[in-house]
Amino acid sequence: MALQLRRKTHESIIYIDKDSAPRIMPFGEDFIIEDLPIGTRVIYPNPPIKGLPNREAAIRYAVNHPLEMEPLYALLEPGMRVTIAMDDISLPLPPMATPDLRQTMLEVVLDMCGANGVDDVHLIIANSLHRKMTEWEMKRMVGNEIFNEYHPDRYYNHDAEDDDNLVTIGHTRHNEPLRVNKRAIESDLLIYLNINLVPMDGGHKSVAVGLCDYESLRCHHEPQTIRDSNSYMDPPASELNHKVIRLGKLVDEHCKVFHIETALNNKMFSDGYDILTRNEDEFSFGDRLKWEAMKRTFSKLPRAARRKMLHAIPAQYELIACYAGKTEPVHEKILEKNYQQYEIPVKGQCDILISGIPDISPYNVYSALNPLLVQVMALGYHFNMYRNKPLLRDGGVMIITHPCFDEFDHKFHAPYIEFFHRLLPESRDAFYLREKYEREFASNPAYIEMYRRGNAYHGAHPFFMWYWGENGRQHIGKVIVAGAENAHVPEMLGWERADNLTEAIAMARSYMGRNAEITMLHQPIIGLCSVTD
Amino acid sequence: MNKNGQAAAFYDLEGTLMSTNLVHTLAFYAKRQQGLWQTAKKSVGTLARLPFFGVADLYSRNVFNEVFFKSYAGFSHDRLRYFSDELFEEVLKPAIFPGTYDLIAKGKKIGQRQIVITGALDFTIERLMDYLGIDDYKANHMEFVNGYSTGRIIPPVMASATKAQWIREYAERENINLSDSYAYSDSISDLPMLSIVGHPVAVCPDFRLKQTALQHDWAVLDLK
Repeated sequence: MALQLRRKTHESIIYIDKDSAPRIMPFGEDFIIEDLPIGTRVIYPNPPIKGLPNREAAIRYAVNHPLEMEPLYALLEPGMRVTIAMDDISLPLPPMATPDLRQTMLEVVLDMCGANGVDDVHLIIANSLHRKMTEWEMKRMVGNEIFNEYHPDRYYNHDAEDDDNLVTIGHTRHNEPLRVNKRAIESDLLIYLNINLVPMDGGHKSVAVGLCDYESLRCHHEPQTIRDSNSYMDPPASELNHKVIRLGKLVDEHCKVFHIETALNNKMFSDGYDILTRNEDEFSFGDRLKWEAMKRTFSKLPRAARRKMLHAIPAQYELIACYAGKTEPVHEKILEKNYQQYEIPVKGQCDILISGIPDISPYNVYSALNPLLVQVMALGYHFNMYRNKPLLRDGGVMIITHPCFDEFDHKFHAPYIEFFHRLLPESRDAFYLREKYEREFASNPAYIEMYRRGNAYHGAHPFFMWYWGENGRQHIGKVIVAGAENAHVPEMLGWERADNLTEAIAMARSYMGRNAEITMLHQPIIGLCSVTD
Repeated sequence: MNKNGQAAAFYDLEGTLMSTNLVHTLAFYAKRQQGLWQTAKKSVGTLARLPFFGVADLYSRNVFNEVFFKSYAGFSHDRLRYFSDELFEEVLKPAIFPGTYDLIAKGKKIGQRQIVITGALDFTIERLMDYLGIDDYKANHMEFVNGYSTGRIIPPVMASATKAQWIREYAERENINLSDSYAYSDSISDLPMLSIVGHPVAVCPDFRLKQTALQHDWAVLDLK
């Protein structure tokens, strides 16, 4: 079995041998280098697909040749009300080098609006219950010129608690309500600018989730839906996606939506840092020097400075596809491109899955990855990066590397603190927490005002974060945190801790047996394991 | 403490729900004295005492109150009452933070009783309390003799620990569950009041309260 496994099955998969180099893995705001047991399968991201040479031309072509809709210029008439909604700062990750792709899309679309006599244009960030973006972030996303012209009256964040600017458009046949941004839904044309970083993004989710309120969101952001999504990165197998499609069809009945979706490659780092996603066996002398320099620099810096440094490195993503038109056919085309970039065929599940947790998540841009978000990254995102069947077999052990510090950002993650310190000691049962406490947090006047007037996540958001890990929690037998600097955070999350990776692997083997198959996801990775027997 | 009672929201007023403080009110009245000489005298006196008020407040809110309210000595009761409507329209109403209305509305929506506990004088805020839809309030009550202020506050003076004491008694009397209740303040002097409820919130806090709030993981809110 082992010999068969060690054959090279794909360019992104290698097996550790006796002369293999140690592997670099993220450890929060730091990186560690560890030897892995012989026979360990290591999965790397696919090499980036070459970006389109002229992204503005690609966007222009897409809006002029849309799928199942008239070209954008033909939909625009003088005097009409147009709203342009766009993804928030949770996409892409890390934030991309400027100009952001949304800026380019906006420049094309606004230019077209102006040329067709459309003056009544609002730009709305579809942040749903995410934190509102700060002015600086908003400016960075669309560029100075657009920001100065539209902000604050015509360029703003969606407010899911602003009753005067929300409207209920109806219920699905499953009685799921949908209350959405009034300006957007009552516009003559709603244009959505999307960036698809992972397959769960885009499609009907953009409007039906990005511009809705709490009551609409809680119908599908709930534990049972997440349990029934295998995985939420595989739309046909995701109950979450099915529910969102129902809501999206309701949107289509009430509003003309012109969707512009884009797919990016996975070029996360610039050339200086690209060693973090490459096979260590193929490092040149220069690469080793780079790693040593990075390691030494990081070891001299305090955590906050390392975080600041990492957050200051923009991603180098490139546009690989752009389609526009009707939501569903556009999304289908973009998903094909996503899979082409991300899909890694993997044969056989593993018993022990190792995944380093980097300081990158959709919810901690420019802030700390708090314990609840570590949970989201491990049991939510990293576990769910699969199609067909999970990479880790049922009841297997997941080993993560992260210091698990008990640190929260008070400005962004205020409700998380109460959730973690007050609720988790009482119960980790997602259904119990939803039933007993979700509405209390969602209606907490202080949290509501912090969300509305500040930059805090909504009071219900920490619950959604906990539910996000529900499928993983049900599937995984044990989670071990290697290198956790305290005992109480892993304990509160229901995990075990080990001093280092070697100890964690020994613990996992004592649980799964000496011959347990080990797989490591070489993080940070944007990849989707298509697992077959 | 009643564990099954209603939840309430206890607000400090000045600096928390609105931008004015006690000195703004005093200055307003000082400018509306009988005759030019009295007006000039009271206005200049108020201005001159500002640094002293500042130091006294830094030292202790109780000392500040004792010193500050003496400035009202000699003010006529009729005049203070007569100008209270004007005070509301010209000084207090424009100073209400934009977020105040929503905060109170959201609290009411979830059935919380809305209560203000303030060091301000009762006759200065009656209209404001009506306007904001506050269910109940406790403010300082000035002593008047023969229709003129003595500059003394009839005890208990609402500040620091007294506010907390009043909240405890109020909760007992009105069947309020303090664990489910909220308290909002901008000042470290209200630490006792913030400490006795289940949900303390620092609103546009001063430096010391902000540090305390961060240390204890309390919510920090900006209503401006």
